[in-house]
Amino acid sequence: MTVSIIYSVLLLTSLGIIAAIILYLVSKKFYVYEDPLITEVEEILPAANCAGCGSPGCRSFAEKLVGTEDISDLFCPVGGNDVMKSIANLLGKEVAEKDPTVAVLLCQGSCDMRPKTTQFQGPDSCAISALVFSGETDCQYGCLGKGDCVESCLFDAMYMDKETGLPVIITDSCTSCGACVEACPKNIIEMRPKNKRDLKIYVGCMNEDKGGIAKKACAVACIGCSKCFDVCPKDAITMENNLAYIDPYLCTLCRKCVDVCPTHSIIETNFPPKKKKTLPIPSKEKKIKVIVEPLNSNNDA
Amino acid sequence: MLKTFPKGGIHPHENKITSSKAIKRLAPPKVVYVPISQHIGIPSKIIVERKEKVKIGQVIAKSGGYISSNIHSPVAGTVTKLDKFFDSSGYKKQCIVIRTDAKDKSNFEEIDLPLLTEIKLSEKDILQHITDYGIVGLGGATFPSHVKLNIQKDKNIDCLIINGVECEPYLTADHRLMLEKAEEIIVGIQILMFALHIEKAIIGIENNKKNAIENFKELTKNNHKIKVAALKIKYPQGSEKQLVRALLKREVPKNGLPLDVGVIVHNVGTIFAIYEAVQHNKSLTERAVTVTGKKIKDPSNFWVKIGTPVIDLINEVGGLPEDTRKILNGGPMMGKAIKNTNVPITKGTSGILVISEEEAERKKSSNCIRCGECVFVCPMGLEPHLLMNLTEKRMFENAFNEDIMTCIECGSCSYVCPSHRPLLDYIRFGKSIIKTLEFAKDKK
Repeated sequence: MTVSIIYSVLLLTSLGIIAAIILYLVSKKFYVYEDPLITEVEEILPAANCAGCGSPGCRSFAEKLVGTEDISDLFCPVGGNDVMKSIANLLGKEVAEKDPTVAVLLCQGSCDMRPKTTQFQGPDSCAISALVFSGETDCQYGCLGKGDCVESCLFDAMYMDKETGLPVIITDSCTSCGACVEACPKNIIEMRPKNKRDLKIYVGCMNEDKGGIAKKACAVACIGCSKCFDVCPKDAITMENNLAYIDPYLCTLCRKCVDVCPTHSIIETNFPPKKKKTLPIPSKEKKIKVIVEPLNSNNDA
Repeated sequence: MLKTFPKGGIHPHENKITSSKAIKRLAPPKVVYVPISQHIGIPSKIIVERKEKVKIGQVIAKSGGYISSNIHSPVAGTVTKLDKFFDSSGYKKQCIVIRTDAKDKSNFEEIDLPLLTEIKLSEKDILQHITDYGIVGLGGATFPSHVKLNIQKDKNIDCLIINGVECEPYLTADHRLMLEKAEEIIVGIQILMFALHIEKAIIGIENNKKNAIENFKELTKNNHKIKVAALKIKYPQGSEKQLVRALLKREVPKNGLPLDVGVIVHNVGTIFAIYEAVQHNKSLTERAVTVTGKKIKDPSNFWVKIGTPVIDLINEVGGLPEDTRKILNGGPMMGKAIKNTNVPITKGTSGILVISEEEAERKKSSNCIRCGECVFVCPMGLEPHLLMNLTEKRMFENAFNEDIMTCIECGSCSYVCPSHRPLLDYIRFGKSIIKTLEFAKDKK
């Protein structure tokens, strides 16, 4: 009895020792050196694995950051300048500073503005719809409204507005990873710099048709009249294929173009309402009340 | 036992309601919209200017490369616009708009060309005529014919197949053509056999067109080189690969052409166009089109000028029924819904099908129940349910390895699916994505 117990204990112990020796030798033989910096960098990165940087995930981006000498081309759009700076401090390399960007939808063709002339019965997918035809409306450049971009968004920064039939981008949640830009078959989502207080002016239209045809298909289409082009003091607006485009880096947000646009296809976001619109309204008691909103209070969140 | 292809296939309701209606010639439309991209390959280059006067058969757009084709003016008149209009692709494409000259007599002449049986041209001249007069495959794929006929010397071609199958339900344009222009088609076959030095030709016709089969048998009684074969009624027999398999028991390799097994396949419509181009120097400016639908008052077959807006044809058959939901360019299986009624007829339009509300309704799709119906009917031996799942999950490389690119898009799988799954929509989507990906290019 005791002998058999001793035997089995000895056998298992010796087996354990042999296995430990083999494991030790193998781990020595096949040892792979991994820079401990990679794990450290990965911990700084936002761990969203969104592929917005061009690498398939945060780990491989960290490897790239540690491995390459010059990392000024690499940028994590989700983490932004803060994350890149702390990585640069850790690695002792230099990074380029980029303005934070945000996705904007270059289409205002809601159901009221852009009436549907046909109906698509196929699967709910913009990509498949785009394969079959130009879309349910007469505008062949605008939003198809099937929500491929919403599906591609990993950060819940988009939703479909059922009333307008267009996707809405929640600017605060948008990390500008660019997944929606890739998902859109009509290329109507653009990354534009998120200026101070998220002030943006852009042409919300991609219609390259001639004015009359564009206007017939959609009430808020850019008709290529060049009025904004003429009024712009900084030459930030270019006209190409009957379509205006505002260069965000030249635009000084003066809002002159917004006023002249006859079809209201130039969108301004988060600006305080203009003083013109809040002219003194005579009330019934004929007391004059002036409504002036403080300039900086609005939409700062 | 009639011949057919062994794998898969379906038998949808035929509904060939216009098979007894002779092909009528229409008065020329007031305005024609001629798209410059009516064929597979490079779009043609416009060589006319605005306000220029053009004659019937004048080249208005020149071939843009090797796989391309000339486009001729279908009417005599004035070019009024060079702009983009919706065509059958569902997108706005460059078109040449020509206003028909009401005073020009050539627009209204009844063209009744006599039968010319003697072949006067040399082999080289025949191929030159086919190139110059803008002949493309009229079965629907619109592949430029001169490319198909320009055979490298190392390929040994021993058989010419004439595709008179017309397996799409509703369509009867080819059937009527085979009845009315049978002698011309025989001459057309002889022209091709002479030009390409082929000794054998087979006309394949489905057995629902018995009068056409007998007509051809009668005409080729003394000609042992041309055979007529009756085929079992089965969709998609009109597809090249299936037809070659049915008639000759030769399997066209995947990603290959019938040329690889020594066969050339041409549609009867193309053969007739080749006859007219070679014997009468006539360019391809009109084609036979079936205008049909269950609710249409007077469905019929027409000779239609290329570029005629669809609405002109629908007015000719008694107007659009009230409960119309869809108008298809082509047959019910492979046809594509058009965006508006001004879409022009092109070289590839074999029929216009008007579909009512209850027929058009697409049923709600549910989950796959793994019944295997789609696998059973696929004529290419693919697994459509698998291909759809893979493309839906964006696993394109796996889909490519499952031979998604060999799909002929016949739609049999979507037709039989008891869960009404949009199988073909996803397979088409997968194919379009894979064409742009790198790995597919390497392997090809």
